[in-house]
Amino acid sequence: MHPIISVSALRKAYQSGLIALDNVDLTINRQEIFALLGPNGAGKTTLISIICGTVGMSAGQVLVDGHDIVRDYRAARGLIGLVPQEISLDIFATVWNTVSFSRGLYGCRPDPAYIEHLLRDLSLWDKRDRRVIELSGGMKRRVMIAKALSHEPKILFLDEPTAGVDVSLRRDMWALVRRLRDKGVTVILTTHYIEEAEEMADRVGVIAQGRILLVEETEALMRKLGRRRLTLVLHHPLGAIPAELAPWKLELADDGHVLVYGFDANAEDTGVPALLRRMAELGIDFKDLDTSRSSLEDIFVSLVEPAP
Amino acid sequence: MSVAWLNVTGVWTIYRAEMARMRRTFWQSIATPVVTTVLYFVVFGGAIGSRIQHVGGVGYGAFIVPGLIMLTLLTQSIGNASIGIYFPIFSKTVYEILAAPLSAMETVLAYVGAAATKSVILALIILGTATFFTPLHILHPCWMVAFMLLTAISFSLFGFIIGIWAQNFEQLAIIPALVVTPLTFLGGAFYAVDMLPQPWRTVNMLNPVVYLVSGFRWSFYGVGEVGVGLSLAFTGLFMVACLAVIWWIFRTGYRMKP
Repeated sequence: MHPIISVSALRKAYQSGLIALDNVDLTINRQEIFALLGPNGAGKTTLISIICGTVGMSAGQVLVDGHDIVRDYRAARGLIGLVPQEISLDIFATVWNTVSFSRGLYGCRPDPAYIEHLLRDLSLWDKRDRRVIELSGGMKRRVMIAKALSHEPKILFLDEPTAGVDVSLRRDMWALVRRLRDKGVTVILTTHYIEEAEEMADRVGVIAQGRILLVEETEALMRKLGRRRLTLVLHHPLGAIPAELAPWKLELADDGHVLVYGFDANAEDTGVPALLRRMAELGIDFKDLDTSRSSLEDIFVSLVEPAP
Repeated sequence: MSVAWLNVTGVWTIYRAEMARMRRTFWQSIATPVVTTVLYFVVFGGAIGSRIQHVGGVGYGAFIVPGLIMLTLLTQSIGNASIGIYFPIFSKTVYEILAAPLSAMETVLAYVGAAATKSVILALIILGTATFFTPLHILHPCWMVAFMLLTAISFSLFGFIIGIWAQNFEQLAIIPALVVTPLTFLGGAFYAVDMLPQPWRTVNMLNPVVYLVSGFRWSFYGVGEVGVGLSLAFTGLFMVACLAVIWWIFRTGYRMKP
């Protein structure tokens, strides 16, 4: 069976001259949750906007379930629901009307039972006759999701779904995404939080400066990139790293006040307990310690610059 | 899912939502032009008109009716259509229209259709209001309706272009205020062009609105400044020009789709 979305040699140059996408190839499998991970300005929104039809492409081809998005746009767009990053709603319309309006745009017959189900699912049922202007920010975002799902799409795009969203909505949203996937919907989301990609996605694509750097199963990626750092703030600065500590390949920072140890978070033996024991034996005291995951920035650095 | 060659439901959905927008502001939409028209009748038809005997064989009050209706058709068509498309672009809800399985033609049909419907409704209301002030006899009712529809559609297309072009509310208002209203006032809405001295009479013939008002007046009273064929040709030409610009807008994505 062919993939649900296949993007090939996609290029986008904006009129300003900015090259937002540079020769992007990407394949999305049916019924997966795919996270597009990248810093701000990487081209995430441009990529999904092109697939959804709100931005034109400069070159390349996109097939949605085998339908070319330019030649066969009706069939392609009919399969897609889009929740853009920004909340954009007709503030004077009621919740019920704006969701029904979206369904109508897709040429679907009115289906009050389905809309009711959808609004209940998103905790919007009580607000159905309220005008959008009266709703809170979180509620407006739920309305955006309801609109995107109003025509029962097979593919759902969520652009930065959790930006500025509280914990309960985030939890509801993830539960909804999983339910949709179980019903056969493919979900593509963009994020710049690595934790979010890790928590939700089956596969992750990393994008930076308009290029897809890699696409991997989430677990494999986390294994590969799951480096952690142990930072020890010392009582007395060290002039050099003692030879006894050489096996840990430590780094000295901040004029000898800070020792940094990088290790593989998924390894059986991280080496941390042994290091701390050894330091105690050597009489090197520390007053504070901190461990951190590799940040997205570290990951980009390690992807863009080959390891020494 | 079956894919139709025409997304009738989609067009109907936008059309209905646009008409609902007018209902939401019903009194504003209906009352303003009616009040304005009544004022024109009182001032031009009543006060000034009583001192002017006849223009082109009809009483002055009756003479200005087609011009007044044209004025409303033009300003309302442009206003309704430009706001109709400007608002979604301004509030960014246009993403939904762009992402929907709608062709450019269908989008234009829905927005322009709704705007034209509204202005024709208003024109008919004004025609009704006018009968309270002056006896009216319409010589060619079918042609009158045809001129009304053609003008409403042409200028709604023009308004659609302005709505996409405008980047703020000032720009949205500037073309109607600085171009369309003066052209209409100078287009023979309240006088016959042959009442003007030369060279203004010739200059006036360059005003496109003269042809619209003239053709429309012909459908009422059987007389016009220019031949009815020329009036029709002119309106048709304007419509084709607007369609060409809209075709270019969708082709290039100008201000709608980066």
